[in-house]
Amino acid sequence: MAPPSNRRPGFSRRAQYGLFLGYVVAVAGLVVALLLLAIAIMDPRGFAAIKGGALDATTPVTSGGRSVARFFGGIGGAVGDYFRAGSQNARLREELEAVRRELNRVKAAEAENRRLTRLLGLARETPDEVTLARIVGSSFESPRRLATLSAGSSAGVAVGQPVRSPEGLIGRVIEVGRWAARVLLVTDGSSNVPVRMIRDGTPAIAVGRGDGTIELRTLEVGENPFRRGDILVTSGIGGIFPPNVPVAAVIRLEGDTAIARPIADPARIDFAIVQHAFQPAANAELEAAPPQPIAPPIGAPPPAPGQAAPAAATPAARQRDPRYQPALQQPQPGATVPPR
Amino acid sequence: MSRIAGSSTEVAIRDLRRRFVPFFSTVIAIALALLPVVASAPLVPDLGFLALVTWRLLRPEIWSAQVALGLGLLNDLVTGNPLGQSMLLWTGAFLAFDLIDSRLGFRDYLMDWLIGAGAIIFHTVGAWYIALLMGSDVRFAIILPQMGLGVLAYPVMARIVLALDRWRLMR
Repeated sequence: MAPPSNRRPGFSRRAQYGLFLGYVVAVAGLVVALLLLAIAIMDPRGFAAIKGGALDATTPVTSGGRSVARFFGGIGGAVGDYFRAGSQNARLREELEAVRRELNRVKAAEAENRRLTRLLGLARETPDEVTLARIVGSSFESPRRLATLSAGSSAGVAVGQPVRSPEGLIGRVIEVGRWAARVLLVTDGSSNVPVRMIRDGTPAIAVGRGDGTIELRTLEVGENPFRRGDILVTSGIGGIFPPNVPVAAVIRLEGDTAIARPIADPARIDFAIVQHAFQPAANAELEAAPPQPIAPPIGAPPPAPGQAAPAAATPAARQRDPRYQPALQQPQPGATVPPR
Repeated sequence: MSRIAGSSTEVAIRDLRRRFVPFFSTVIAIALALLPVVASAPLVPDLGFLALVTWRLLRPEIWSAQVALGLGLLNDLVTGNPLGQSMLLWTGAFLAFDLIDSRLGFRDYLMDWLIGAGAIIFHTVGAWYIALLMGSDVRFAIILPQMGLGVLAYPVMARIVLALDRWRLMR
């Protein structure tokens, strides 16, 4: 039906102008929203102060309810699992017990590994953790996979820091308020984590799919190197995520890629550990620091004996060298090293 | 409660209730996004938008399109969407509702549901497309369950809003 030719709400001038003004405001608001969105797309860090403030204002509500939330979490988990794994609950619980025992063994091995690494002088560039925080909520209404963390810049949390749980990697901080932070989970579609397979060190990129699973993309063409049950850990390439944090386990293969499930389920864990970026240089450009000198590329010929820089003499001194980047200087297992 | 207001305070309270129940019920629906639920896949429809659309379709006269702008801003801040996403989608939907209202002579409940379903689908796809522009490369199929649940949740929300509306206008 055609609109009536006379759309006036009546003879009142005030009502007519009010209606017209309403549309002017709405359309102007539409344009402003479009501009805001364009800014958000071009510079996701824009409006950090506003969004951080909103995060601070809303997180107490969320974290206050978290004590009641085991209940909600149970319901949410049950609904989510119902289609896939509702009937397998008992089996999963048994598996969990087995995995916990395994985990203890792994922790012991890790401690020993750390001790041996220290003996070798391959100490980490940064101290281990920033803070311990609770995961209090998530964006369950939007296609993004973001979680809210109950610690912010007052606890030392900064944008770009990796977040993990004792089980595995959770994600990376993308927004920070004073008392709360927002985490981009590894299952989000815009999350890319460089990983490698434990079994044979095949490197891959773990890209979230938005539905709680992760897609693994390799550089290799042809044969799919993954098998069901393969565990993937971070490789440390890129310098944000520390190496050897478990990320995902392969659940099925799809053509050239593999679909994996994250090992750390943010819905079931209580505490998350915020860590420093593995190599602060990886986030340096984001903090508008003076440009770092470029490190020598992988496989650069070693300096001739006698000409070695004095800064590289001992491990401790080497770490103070701003160009020192262990992941670049010691190729990770599975990293491609060009022939010399 | 007696049917006749006994004092001017009571009149004022009823007036406030009549005016602000739609607004505050929508704000509460927006704030439901703060529930401490950690989900691994998008299933729950955007409850704030659902409440807004239901109020708008039930009572076309209480809100003009600019209300959606402010509530959208609130939703963006609460849920952590990129600033402007809900402002754009919600105001766009309201302007479309105004166009539809000017062209349709009458509406019944089923047509409300149809229009609401269209709005929910537009909103979900819009949110997905904006996430895509932001670099979140997820398949379209992932939002289908959320879309379906949103359309099916409309009648439920209509019941709730209807009850609230009856309470709001109760004398």
